[in-house]
Amino acid sequence: MRRSGYRRNLGLLLVTGFGLSAAACGTSGETGDKAGSTPAADAKVSITVGCQPPKTNPIERKEWDEDVAAFQKSHPNITIEGKDAFPCINPDTFQAKLAGGTMEDVFYVYFTDVQKIVAAGQAADITPYIDTVKPYKDFRPDVVSVFKQGEKVYGLPRNNYSTGLVFNRKLFTQAGLDPNAPPKTWAEVREAAKKIAGLGAGHVGFGEYSAGNTGGWHFAASLYGRGGDMVSADGKTAAFNSPQGKAVLDNLKQMRWTDNSMGAKQLLQWEDLMRMMGGGKLGMMIGAPDVVQAVNNDFKGKFEDYGVAPLPESTHSLSGGDGYMFHPKATPEKIKAGLLWLEFKNLTPGEGQFNYERAKEIGRPVGLPYPDLYGTAEPGEKVLELRKQFATVPVENFTSYVEASGTIQNKLEPPKAQELYAILDTPMSAVLTRQDANIDELLADAEAKANKVLAKSS
Amino acid sequence: MRRGLRRNLTAYGFLCGALICFAFFSWYPMVREVLLSFQKTNFVDEPTWVGWDNFLTVIEDSAFAGAWLNTVTFTGLALLVGFIVPFVAAIVLNELRHAQAYLRFVVYLPVMLPPAVVVLLFKWFYDPGSGLFNQALGVVGIPGLSWLDSTDTALISLVIVSTWMNLGTGTLIYLAALQSIPSDLYEAAELDGAGLFKRVWHVTIPQTRLILMVMLMLQIVATMQVFIEPYLLTGGGPENGTVTVAYLMYQYAFNFGNFGAGGALGLMLMLVLMVFSVFYLRLSREEQN
Repeated sequence: MRRSGYRRNLGLLLVTGFGLSAAACGTSGETGDKAGSTPAADAKVSITVGCQPPKTNPIERKEWDEDVAAFQKSHPNITIEGKDAFPCINPDTFQAKLAGGTMEDVFYVYFTDVQKIVAAGQAADITPYIDTVKPYKDFRPDVVSVFKQGEKVYGLPRNNYSTGLVFNRKLFTQAGLDPNAPPKTWAEVREAAKKIAGLGAGHVGFGEYSAGNTGGWHFAASLYGRGGDMVSADGKTAAFNSPQGKAVLDNLKQMRWTDNSMGAKQLLQWEDLMRMMGGGKLGMMIGAPDVVQAVNNDFKGKFEDYGVAPLPESTHSLSGGDGYMFHPKATPEKIKAGLLWLEFKNLTPGEGQFNYERAKEIGRPVGLPYPDLYGTAEPGEKVLELRKQFATVPVENFTSYVEASGTIQNKLEPPKAQELYAILDTPMSAVLTRQDANIDELLADAEAKANKVLAKSS
Repeated sequence: MRRGLRRNLTAYGFLCGALICFAFFSWYPMVREVLLSFQKTNFVDEPTWVGWDNFLTVIEDSAFAGAWLNTVTFTGLALLVGFIVPFVAAIVLNELRHAQAYLRFVVYLPVMLPPAVVVLLFKWFYDPGSGLFNQALGVVGIPGLSWLDSTDTALISLVIVSTWMNLGTGTLIYLAALQSIPSDLYEAAELDGAGLFKRVWHVTIPQTRLILMVMLMLQIVATMQVFIEPYLLTGGGPENGTVTVAYLMYQYAFNFGNFGAGGALGLMLMLVLMVFSVFYLRLSREEQN
C-alpha cells in the first residue's frame, strides 16, 4: 500500500514536471506587437533599452534621463524605458534573459559576443532599416564589419577602440623612464618592465592574463599586434601556431622567468589587473583606453597617472568595443524607434555620449581617445574637435596612441572566439607558471584542439 | 474521512507549499535539463531535437577527460582531508570539558561566511608574494609555494579552501552523533583500560558507522559538483589543471552559448551522482530501522 502510494506520488510529480516544462516550452520571448504588423508611422511605440546607468552612478544616470527627456520631446510617439544594470551586460545572464523573455528590445553587447549572438540567431536583422541611420555611411569599415554577417547588419556600435599598451606614468617616472616616450618595441617593454619591477617588493613591470579565457583573449591581441592570425582565411583551421604565436609566448616566458618582471602571482583575470593598475604597483599591461576609465572609476586610479600607447611593433590590433543589437522578435516599429534612439544617444556629435560640453559641466571625464567610430570621416572630425575643446583629462597622455590609430588596422575576433580562448589559456598559463614550459609543444597541442573545434563548427 | 482531511488541512497546506517550491526550483529545472541535453536551442526559436549530438560534442572535447579526472581527484582529496578533519575535530570537541560551546561556535563560523568571501580571502592567503601562507612559511624558514599557480598544488589548494569552508557543518553533525553514544560504553571501555585511541576505534567508530557512511555519500555528491573554487580562484588553470565537470558545464552554457552540451554534461554528472544518492538512501533507511 505504502509502496503503491509512493509510486503514485512519483508519477504525479513527473507529470507535473513535464507539464510545467511543456508550458514553458510553449511560451516565446516575443516582445510586444506581432512582427510584421504595420501601424501608422506616428503610432505610439515603447522600447526597452539596456545599459541605463545605475542609480549608484548619479552623474551618468542624470545624463541618461536628460537624453531620454530630450529624445522623447522630439519623438513624442516613442517611449524609452531604460533598464539599468552594472555592468551593462553579464554574459552569464544573457541566455537566461533571452529564455525568460526579459531581454530588452535594444540590448547591449560587447564586440566579443556579437558574432556568437548572430550565429545563434539571437539578434534581429536590421538591414532593411539601416539606411535610416544617417551617420551609418561614415562609420569606419572595420567598425561596420563587427555587426555584419555577409550583407546583413545586426547592430550599431557605441564604442570602438584598438588594443594598445596601458602604462602607469607615475611608475615610469619613478623608474627613471620617460612617460612621454612609452616603449615602441617589445625589447623596450622588457627593459621598462625590469626597471619597474626593480622599484621594490610588490611592483610588477608587466601584467598579463592567463585564466578564465582572458589569457586566450590577450594572446589573440598580442598575436594580432605582431601581424599573426588566429585562424586561416577560410576560418577552418587554426593559424596561431606560427612564428608570431611563438614570439608572444616566448616574450612572456622571458619576462616571467629570465627578467622576473611579471610578479609571482599568475592566473590573473580581468579584475586582478585592474586592481593592480589602480593600486599603482603595475607598470604596463595590454589594454585599451577603456582600461584607464575603468581604473579611474572603479579601482581608485587617477586619469593623470596613466597613459596609453599603441601596441609595440604593431600594424594590426584586436578591435574592442560595445554596441547595441535588437531582440530577435522585435517588431519593425520597435527597431525603427530603437535606431532613432541609438543615433541620437550614441552617434550624433554634440548629442548624447558626444555632448562633451555637458560632460565637462557635470564632471565627467572628457578627452580619452575613444570611442573612435568614424575615423577621419566628417562626424569623426567633429567629435575630435569637441573632445579637444572640452577636454578635462590630459590628452597628451594618449598622443602616441591617437597618432598610431590611423595607421593600425583593427581586426575582428576569430570565429568560435571563446572556445579558442579557453584552449589558449593553457599555453598562456603554462609559460607564466612553469619555467620548463615547452612553447612548441604547447602551441602544437592547442592547435590540434582548436582545429577540432573549428572543424566541428564548419 | 472528511474530518481527517479537515484536521490535516494545515499540514496539507504546508506540504503544497513545499511541493510547489520543489516543483519549480528543483524538479522542473531537472526535467528541463534532461530535455535540453537532447536539443539545440537559441531560446528564440523552437528547439530542435539533435539526439545524442550534444553528448558526442562533450565526449569528443579535449577537456572532457581532464575535467573528470580533476573532479575525481578533487573528490578523493576532499574526502581524505575533508572527511577526516571534521571527524577528528568533533572527537576533540566532544572530549573537551571546558569552552565547548565557544569552540563549537568558532568551528562553525566559516560556514556562516558567504562562499565567495571565503574564496577571495584564500586568494589573498595563497598570494605567492605577500600571501599569508607564504609569509608564515617564511617565518619558519621554509621557501614559499606557488599554491594556485602550480599544477602540482593547485587542486589541493582548492581542497583546503573547500574543507575550511565546510568544516563546521560536518563537525556539528559528527558531534551530535558522538553525543548520542551511550556514555556507559565509554565507561566500560575505560574500565577495561582502553585509552583515547582504543575508545575511538572500538566504541566511537562502530557506533557512528552509519552516520559516517551517510556523510561520506553526501560529501561525494557535494564535492563532485565543485564549481565556485575553480571559478573564482583559478579560472580553470593552470593548464586546465582545475577544470572540473561543473566548471566545464558552465563554460559550455555561459561562455560558449551551448546549453545543449552543458545540459548533456550535467546529465552525465547527475547519473554518476545518482549512484551515490541511491547508496545514501539505502543507508538512511538502514539508519532509521
